[in-house]
Amino acid sequence: MTTDATVLPEEDESLEPASSSVKAIVGSTLTFIAMVVLWEVLVVQLKIPGWMLPSPSAIADAMIDWRSELFGHFMVTLYESLVGFVLAIIISIPLAVAVVYSPILQNTIYPILLAFQSMPKVAIAPLLALWIGFGTLPKIIIVFLVCFFPIVVATATGLTAVPASLMDLIRSLSASQTQTFIKIRFPTAMPHIFVGLKIAITFAVIGAVIGEFVGSENGLGYLILVSTSQSRTPLAFGALVLLTVMSILLYYGIAFVERIVVPWAPRN
Amino acid sequence: MSLGWTDNQTPFPNLAASSEAFKRVMSKIQIEGVCKTYASKTGRVMALENVDLTIKQNEFITLVGPSGCGKSTLLKLIGALIRPSRGVLLFDGQQLLNPTRDVGIVFQEAVLLEWRNVLDNVLLPAEILGLDKAKSRARAMHLLDLVGLKGFEMRAPRELSGGMQQRVSICRALIHDPSVLLMDEPFAALDAMTREELGFELMRIWDTEKKTVVFVTHNISEAITLADRVVAMSPRPGRIAKVLEIELPRPRTIGMEFTPQFKCYSDQIREVIYHGAGATRQ
Repeated sequence: MTTDATVLPEEDESLEPASSSVKAIVGSTLTFIAMVVLWEVLVVQLKIPGWMLPSPSAIADAMIDWRSELFGHFMVTLYESLVGFVLAIIISIPLAVAVVYSPILQNTIYPILLAFQSMPKVAIAPLLALWIGFGTLPKIIIVFLVCFFPIVVATATGLTAVPASLMDLIRSLSASQTQTFIKIRFPTAMPHIFVGLKIAITFAVIGAVIGEFVGSENGLGYLILVSTSQSRTPLAFGALVLLTVMSILLYYGIAFVERIVVPWAPRN
Repeated sequence: MSLGWTDNQTPFPNLAASSEAFKRVMSKIQIEGVCKTYASKTGRVMALENVDLTIKQNEFITLVGPSGCGKSTLLKLIGALIRPSRGVLLFDGQQLLNPTRDVGIVFQEAVLLEWRNVLDNVLLPAEILGLDKAKSRARAMHLLDLVGLKGFEMRAPRELSGGMQQRVSICRALIHDPSVLLMDEPFAALDAMTREELGFELMRIWDTEKKTVVFVTHNISEAITLADRVVAMSPRPGRIAKVLEIELPRPRTIGMEFTPQFKCYSDQIREVIYHGAGATRQ
């Protein structure tokens, strides 16, 4: 019995990227530390006033002093981001399915979606504040609006990414629409959907901050606004650090779920 | 098939009718006066013009020709994936209007589902057709064994080479035991050696699992090596230029490629394909 001899040995394949990714992590960490040290030294040596550009150590001090307040605001922004994001998933994916399956919807809804997407969300924020007030709801709506479009587009793209020959094969077996969707279309769309989710989650935090800038009483965006107006710049930087950390954690959270749900997806 | 009489002048009308019926029973697929036109920006394009072909039960037919000769279109017509613009196709004597489950298809790309392992990929058609699970599973294991993939059942498609993936897709086409196997340039994306190897393997499978095979290729040697009959097609508009009975003994071997007989076949095919000689129909 003959068999092609080329079964890729898994060890060889995984070993090299692993060692090079370790190198990459070590390299970027060292670079980051070097930049922070340089920042510290420059601020101290050039005697830059703390209200203009605080040193990393001053930021760390402020973060420790204000840790309970920072934690509270962190949770508010995280909540707004996650609820808006989840809401966007719940509405976007079924909508994309409907758009793909119905040419009428494709011709009517798609252009409207595009118009909505072209509208700057920062400009909608004051209107939402005017209509709904300063609570968490207007922030959730803005997060929803910024997350919505990438997920719809990615899902629609994924659902139509089935190779033509595979569709022919399925048709030759007279498969039902339901079978085609469950067995072929949706799994094919999954890696695409995750690309959309990863884009959307980074927008989510931005959306929440925009909402908080326009009008609110809490959240890290609000904290930045208030502390800069009171020249408490180290605290504003502390909030900025937390926003960045939040964004990174959410992104890797989605990437982690992706690895479990779609292990076959190409890694970047 | 007129013998000089027109229909209403036939001296033995009953005999003529029964021989026609006999022909339909013997043939697996009958293609009669089939044309296919496509709409394009510059007007209607004739993809296939007036194709007549009768494919016998368990016959190995290869369709060979340059691109644009309509060989893939003809294959899709046989699979009922598209409808003819004119003419009829008969499958087991019945007019072919919708895809039939009695057909298995293999494409140029293996198009395996990445989220399924090898075994579950082979089982896909059985699932869609709602066949008995245990029996299908046993048959899938048997087919994978037949193509030399025993032990690879639980592997992911991405772990296999192109040649192995194509073997899996052949198993998938055979899982529901169709009587007709349609293959659209199945080995064209493979390297020359794997291609040759898979060709001989296909003939071995065809020996154990008797099927009517319609195999599209643009490789003349491949077409001759595999076929009982080679259908040479020429382009613009796509039509059958020559049907050639290949009388090389079976099992076929690699050495046959260098015999004068083989060369004679390939010369004849080249002649009609490249010079677009007048359509010599059956």
